[in-house]
Amino acid sequence: MIIQVPNPILEVHNLTVSYHRKPVLWDIDLTIPSGSLVGIIGPNGAGKSTLIKSIMGLLPTQSGFVKIFDKELDQVRDRVSYVPQRESVDWDFPASALEVVLMGRYGKVGLFRRVRDSDRQIALECLRKVGLEAFQNRQISQLSGGQQQRVFLARALAQKADLYFMDEPFVGVDAATETAIIEILRQMRQEGKTVLVVHHDLQSAAQYFDWIILLNMRLVASAPTEKAFTAELLQATYGGKLTLLAEISDLVSKGDYPLREKRGV
Amino acid sequence: MNLVESFASFFSFADVNVRYVTLGSVLLGMSSALVGVFAFLRKKSLVGDVVAHSVLLGVCLAFIISGTKHPLALTLGASITGWLSMYCVDLVKNYTPIKEDTAIGLVLSVFFGIGILLLTSIQHSGNAAQAGLDNFIFGKAAALVGSDVYFFALIAVGLMLSVAFFFKEFTLISFDTNFAKAIGFPVRRLELLLTTLTVLAVVTGIQAVGVVLMAAMLITPAATARFWTDNLKIMLFLAMGIGALASVSGAFVSFAQPNMPTGPWIVLIASFFALSSFLFAPRKGILAKMFIQIRNKRQFADENVLKSLYQLGENGKDFLCERTMREILGRRDFDTKALKSSLQRLCRQGYLKKTSEGWQFTTEGFEKGKRITKLHRLWELYLTEILRLAPDHVHDDAETMEHIITPELEKRLEERLKFPTVDPHNTEIPK
Repeated sequence: MIIQVPNPILEVHNLTVSYHRKPVLWDIDLTIPSGSLVGIIGPNGAGKSTLIKSIMGLLPTQSGFVKIFDKELDQVRDRVSYVPQRESVDWDFPASALEVVLMGRYGKVGLFRRVRDSDRQIALECLRKVGLEAFQNRQISQLSGGQQQRVFLARALAQKADLYFMDEPFVGVDAATETAIIEILRQMRQEGKTVLVVHHDLQSAAQYFDWIILLNMRLVASAPTEKAFTAELLQATYGGKLTLLAEISDLVSKGDYPLREKRGV
Repeated sequence: MNLVESFASFFSFADVNVRYVTLGSVLLGMSSALVGVFAFLRKKSLVGDVVAHSVLLGVCLAFIISGTKHPLALTLGASITGWLSMYCVDLVKNYTPIKEDTAIGLVLSVFFGIGILLLTSIQHSGNAAQAGLDNFIFGKAAALVGSDVYFFALIAVGLMLSVAFFFKEFTLISFDTNFAKAIGFPVRRLELLLTTLTVLAVVTGIQAVGVVLMAAMLITPAATARFWTDNLKIMLFLAMGIGALASVSGAFVSFAQPNMPTGPWIVLIASFFALSSFLFAPRKGILAKMFIQIRNKRQFADENVLKSLYQLGENGKDFLCERTMREILGRRDFDTKALKSSLQRLCRQGYLKKTSEGWQFTTEGFEKGKRITKLHRLWELYLTEILRLAPDHVHDDAETMEHIITPELEKRLEERLKFPTVDPHNTEIPK
């Protein structure tokens, strides 16, 4: 069940990605309609984070291309926001909550220029949106996990983008933060923004998202939630280990084979 | 000269040599501390070590090619091999299964080995101009002259301006590289620039402190500064200040005791600052942490005494009568000495009154003893009712939680349990 939409905000075509020479995503082909709240769902090691990292150009790809707003990523970077996993940074870094949120303005400010007062205002407003205004001067290591995640969300909001990629924003957060985050995501959708969220809780996924990408090394489904959330497709994603595909991946990795043959050989 | 005289004579800076050595050391102390902060935050503390060891090769090559010891030629050679060594570490790390620490060890020893090889052959070549090249191994701050100092100043100003200019960019790539890439910052080039700045700082510093101690000049001030502040800008200035102060002190020691080397003293003094910070810094220092533990232990002990007194009162419904130490010890197994000091402390704080036979609650003490007892039983009930733990497993947990639960949590706990009256062991929960 892979539904392609006309005039997509994001188009991924024939994307194949290896990690340390081991293929982890095979031939992903999908399109996402504008203004949707998208859940990227799959078991551990399915390549969920890899998918959004390679869309953001953070990982080298073996084949395929990505188009955002029908353009190359480099042409539209200021309209795209990426929220890394919370554990990917060292929270003991000497910075305050406000300083981290201000980093969301760096793209707009540009290289070598200082942040302006207007940027500071936007950052403060974003901290207020996530309910952390009172913590603006708090050193980031003294925030709880949920608060740190909200700081990352505020930084993304400060980018004022149109398309957002969020890697596991619900991991390690308390129930209150989860509700607060999903509330903000819904608000963003109302403002016409598109948000893709890596998520691994099936229970809440159906309730949170209106478009679902089911992933397990290859794309199982990309469709509106009610069409993607069928017993059969979930079984295809989670059940039945992909032993054959995994073994082929291992072979490629161990034998150091190229994943794509060069043309004309 | 006694110490006071040396002090006065040193800080008058009348001796031109003192001026050069001190100023040179301070400039290099500040430069290396400045770039060291970013190396430290990027968890690349050993990078300075690689560069420092690789610099010797460049110095020897530059001498062989140019035939002089002109600082510009030597610096150029040093920068090239220093920079190349970092590039090699990246290559090994990215294209082999070898991890970064191993790559550092490999590259460092290969470059240093060839460097020593060349140096030895130069020394035996009979070339008179070579004298002093070995200063690069152990450093010789006392040999700094006017032209060195101008050169150091130039590099120091260059480093400071670069960091001021690229502060925002360097901060971001140190904190969150992927985010920096995602917003389109030229991360590769910024990293390259930071590497180049590190190489420059090492190349200048090495003439004073030598190959082996250079890594300390980069990292020690940064690690020390981190203990005192959570603000990156303050941290940068603090690290530079520590680097400068250690340098001045080192220069002074070798001035007052002419047989003492400057470089190692700079490093020793910087390390002394670091060690003091580990011990005495507020919040993060070892002493501060020990102090908090002692305070917690006392708080627990004091509150346990109040709780025991309350529970003694529960039996006869007589809370305010006096109790002897024997009675308290009968209720709970305290260490006698600890119990005595707890009782005295509680008297001082107004929770207890000393009577002829023993001790007696004040109203405040009674209220506090009651609250601790209540929290203990509320938590036990929470564990059995909500978390479904067996009643005989919950006591130890509650022993700790009773001291930690805040009034706000207490209120929520009561609401969640619908204002209960008895705990899982059917004992009354006080109001």
